[in-house]
Amino acid sequence: MIDVNTFIGAYPWRPVHGTEPWDLLAALDRVGIAEAWVSHLPSLYWKDPAAGNAVLLDLAARERRLHAVPAVHPGLPHWEDDLAEARAHGVVAVRCDPGLLGLPPSGAEITSLIRRAGELSLPVLSAVRLEDGRGRHPLDVSPELPPWAVRAWLRSSPLTRLVITHADRAFIEEVHWGSTPEEAARVWWDISWIWGPPEDDLCHLLAAIGTGRFLFGSSQPLRIPEVACARLDLLDLSAEDRAAITFRNALALAGK
Amino acid sequence: MLIDVHAHFYHDRSGRAGWGALNHSRLTAGERIGITWHVASVLGSWGLTSPTYFPSPSDLEYGNRWLQQLTQTHPHRVRGYVTVNPNHTGDALRRIDLGKRAGMIGLKLAASRRADDPLLDPLSEAAGRHDFPVLHHVWQHRRTERLGQEASDAVELCRLAARHPKVHFILAHIGGGGDWIHSLRAVRPQGNVLIDLSGSGADGGMLEQTLQAVGIERLLWGADVTLCTGWAKLRYLERLLTPNDLDLVRAGNAVRIFPKGAFA
Repeated sequence: MIDVNTFIGAYPWRPVHGTEPWDLLAALDRVGIAEAWVSHLPSLYWKDPAAGNAVLLDLAARERRLHAVPAVHPGLPHWEDDLAEARAHGVVAVRCDPGLLGLPPSGAEITSLIRRAGELSLPVLSAVRLEDGRGRHPLDVSPELPPWAVRAWLRSSPLTRLVITHADRAFIEEVHWGSTPEEAARVWWDISWIWGPPEDDLCHLLAAIGTGRFLFGSSQPLRIPEVACARLDLLDLSAEDRAAITFRNALALAGK
Repeated sequence: MLIDVHAHFYHDRSGRAGWGALNHSRLTAGERIGITWHVASVLGSWGLTSPTYFPSPSDLEYGNRWLQQLTQTHPHRVRGYVTVNPNHTGDALRRIDLGKRAGMIGLKLAASRRADDPLLDPLSEAAGRHDFPVLHHVWQHRRTERLGQEASDAVELCRLAARHPKVHFILAHIGGGGDWIHSLRAVRPQGNVLIDLSGSGADGGMLEQTLQAVGIERLLWGADVTLCTGWAKLRYLERLLTPNDLDLVRAGNAVRIFPKGAFA
């Protein structure tokens, strides 16, 4: 299995267990995950994520199971160089979370990044949210990623490929059915925020949209990875469909 | 044994299309998880003919009666809470007595009236007379009023629990939204308040901190509307707890606080 939605580093709003790289590796082993796409959690909130990206790239160079997802801030001077550096390191994706950067989600900066990443064949990963809005710290007022922004990103360039994490059923349906089939085929969704039974949102989405659009993602250590595992185990998936969600789609997306 | 202390079912007069499929899905997933008992409540018409959290007496009548029938249809799988609206005291007390006679095993209070309101005192006394635990819907750290419900938080529930020290109160869905850290601080000294682990939230560290705050004997397993997160928490606890402690969370604590023989 490949978990495309993991973090290392401290969370600014509450203590979180297991934020060191070796904690992440132990958690992967605990639930049977082979590899993970990793973001550096604190630097998502920093003015400049460069220092966090350096940690990630160094980690990925030492630990073959972990794949860096550096953050790119398109409001900073020479952000194109950060993107090029990420490309040179062969990363699986870059990430940009406009709400955490204080940038309008469909503004010129973000759109430029989305387009340029597409030209470099780099998927862009973005989170709808990192935490349930009802439980956020009173000062944690960053806006969630809206579905209309994702639709706009998909329309900005035919080369754009997106990985959207922490989206629920309503969000996914709004983007999927609000896009052309060609556009919808360029976005992948992780399952970290999609409910299982009795609502059966994940089951419905897999039937309606297809397994090709979904990736295994847990949001660990912000959330326990057992949730994403339990969601799959509560489905009656063929071995082929389970393989698609748990690793094949991620491998194809990463060009491997 | 595995007891889900926070389950819901829907009926033909509820505001949920596909209510039968939802119920079937809960029971089917429950079989896969290994749930022995679903202890369930029905909140009136679930919004169809009166608000979910402010159910009318007639909707409560139908919902409770429907649930009683479900417990008879699944006598070895489903148990029920009596749901009442505290704003109608006489009606609520009558329903609790009727429910006891019909085999219900607990009292469900949602969000029709703040938990520390005096109107909840006679209902808590009635629960005590029948050895019913009280499952109370809680918004973890309610900082403001919430549309559609008169939600309570842990501080308010603990005020009620302090007035009725012989009654067991269940703080609903610690993972069900809001600031669970605030709730853990509130319930720590109030020994007759237990915590149900249900809710869609499964934050890293939540289970450890809940265990640290209230101890193993005040934890109850539940799922509410997301069986996937419920199962995930159980899997996590399997690695965190000793087998004996895990048995307490799975069922032992529930067996202790529900009426004797409720799960026979």
